[in-house]
Amino acid sequence: MITYKPGKQPHAREHRLIFKNVDREGWDPSLECYLRDGGYQELKKAIGMAPKEITEEVKKAGLRGRGGAGFPTGMKWTFIPPNNTKPVYLICNGDESEPGTFKDRYILHQDPHQLIEGMVISAFAVGAHTAYIYIREEFPEAAAIVERAIEEARAKNFVGKNILGSGFDLEIWVHRGAGAYICGEETGLIESLEGKRPYPRIKPPYFPAALGLYMCPTIVNNVESLCHVKHIIGMGGDGYAKLGVPRNTGTRILCVSGDVKNPGYFEVEVGKLTMRELLHDVCGGPKDGREFKAVIPGGSSSKILRCDESFKLRNPDGSERELGFWDIPLDFDTLAACGSMAGSGGVIVIDDSRKMSWVLNNINAFYAHESCGQCTPCREGSLWMKKISDRLVAGTARPEDVETLESVAYQIDGRTICAFGEASSWPVEAIIAKFRDELVAEIKPASADEPLNPEAAAQRRYLQSH
Amino acid sequence: MSASSLEENIASHETPGTPHFPPFEVTPALEAEAAERISHYPESKRSAVLPLLHIVQHRFGFISAAGIDWVASKLELEPIKVLEVVTFYPGLRQSAPGKFHIRVCRTLSCAMGGSYELMDRLCELTGIDRSTADSHHHPVSVSPCGKFSVEFAECLASCGTAPVCLVNDDFHEGVAAGMAEELLANYAARPA
Repeated sequence: MITYKPGKQPHAREHRLIFKNVDREGWDPSLECYLRDGGYQELKKAIGMAPKEITEEVKKAGLRGRGGAGFPTGMKWTFIPPNNTKPVYLICNGDESEPGTFKDRYILHQDPHQLIEGMVISAFAVGAHTAYIYIREEFPEAAAIVERAIEEARAKNFVGKNILGSGFDLEIWVHRGAGAYICGEETGLIESLEGKRPYPRIKPPYFPAALGLYMCPTIVNNVESLCHVKHIIGMGGDGYAKLGVPRNTGTRILCVSGDVKNPGYFEVEVGKLTMRELLHDVCGGPKDGREFKAVIPGGSSSKILRCDESFKLRNPDGSERELGFWDIPLDFDTLAACGSMAGSGGVIVIDDSRKMSWVLNNINAFYAHESCGQCTPCREGSLWMKKISDRLVAGTARPEDVETLESVAYQIDGRTICAFGEASSWPVEAIIAKFRDELVAEIKPASADEPLNPEAAAQRRYLQSH
Repeated sequence: MSASSLEENIASHETPGTPHFPPFEVTPALEAEAAERISHYPESKRSAVLPLLHIVQHRFGFISAAGIDWVASKLELEPIKVLEVVTFYPGLRQSAPGKFHIRVCRTLSCAMGGSYELMDRLCELTGIDRSTADSHHHPVSVSPCGKFSVEFAECLASCGTAPVCLVNDDFHEGVAAGMAEELLANYAARPA
């Protein structure tokens, strides 16, 4: 079931570029509909440009990757070795599996041609003749829709040999995953696409642009990022850069879920909305009788922020300023300066009805399940963290458990092949740092009369009988 | 690894869902579908492991030892190279699910929206022992009649419409526990 809400009006604070056609009245994912709306005009413009010019426009636009890391897309493209003679591959990362994120879903289901157009332009810019769209297994319908769209585009020569007479060839194929979060990590994704277990590759090389799919230069970009390329060509790099704020340009889709009145997706200019405006004005505030407690701003692996915190930030001239949680503008740099990240745009809101131990345990269960098992600190640590938070939730935690949990977390991050180590330990580190008192208060004090675990009970029986 | 040793190593179990799926069989239609998929990877046939496994699972409900052997022979791989992929991915099964396999999102936003309550209710209605549905996957928990199976899935990427679930390939959003009965009834009423 495609989840259309036809005619649902965007919020007045939104600026829709990528989501222009999402929930649009009378819209469907067919090529006919896309062409009626002026589709593939940007592709026609792009194939008249030199590939280098396109990359320059993307650089000028200041586009930063929308998958999580926020790395400049144009710069990533330039990492292909200049003397390269091997084939180049373009991969669209449609694994969308960071908890809290639900934007690519709507692009894939409702506007597949926008993605295809963005991909053809991007492939032309980087010189790729084969492209894969990696779609997570849990989007079976999206995979079918996108495959149909590629067929339609091929029939009209937007994909295939000698695209629109330009002499440029490109084949695009859909590749479905099989339910593993780690396939969102770009080198894990590449291994998966090669038919192996998706164990992320050892770095360096830091970018698959040097060595990627089949050990050839490979560009991996998020669905949303590739769609932005189409609009950058349409508006020009400079025109696009006027949206948003300096260094944080364009629009981005914020996905709000959890304890708010009106959850949903909102495409806004980067940095033009503060937390207060997003959660109170756009999302309608907390549920009746509740108060906001904490927010996870960029997918579950980003560090949690308390709604009553404030941050000391450094101004460009070196002076300091204080910024309250509610005044944080939702851009890449400010969220990073506040110790968290904009990540994938998945904003999870938690109100005062939730126990942080429960939230932590749910997140820990996710990472314990999804660790690929390649690196010991992550494989063992993520499960240890879950076991400890299981005890916190069950009320059987030991007095030292919060400290143990913290020490396990700090022994994972920075010690693994891929960023999953950070993804799994940052939520733990942040929740302990910011809600330590609440967690500790849930632990019953140690008592000699009440053994904490079966081993202690056995020991006591032994001591008493001797 | 020969086919017979693979048979011992792969943990396929009979489940109440087994009768709902045809036994693995190589047909011209299966061969044609596989050949089409393999053609998408001109550089390396091995890349077609997941697509071929998806075809097998889609047609036969799960991936048996015979299925693994067939994929391995199509792609000129040792069967272990296919088995290691099957055992890695949560989306690939080695025993039959129910005719309708329900995956309930377990992750934070859905849990906040009531996905555990939904899972409780689904188990209650289908007669599945709830304690077997907490651990993910292998084997999935199948109802005694074989019509339904349930499993928790990690984030289905629709957090704004929590709680959500997938029934086979159909996605359902905003499925409160109170809607479980209607959801099951709709599928149970489908012709065989």
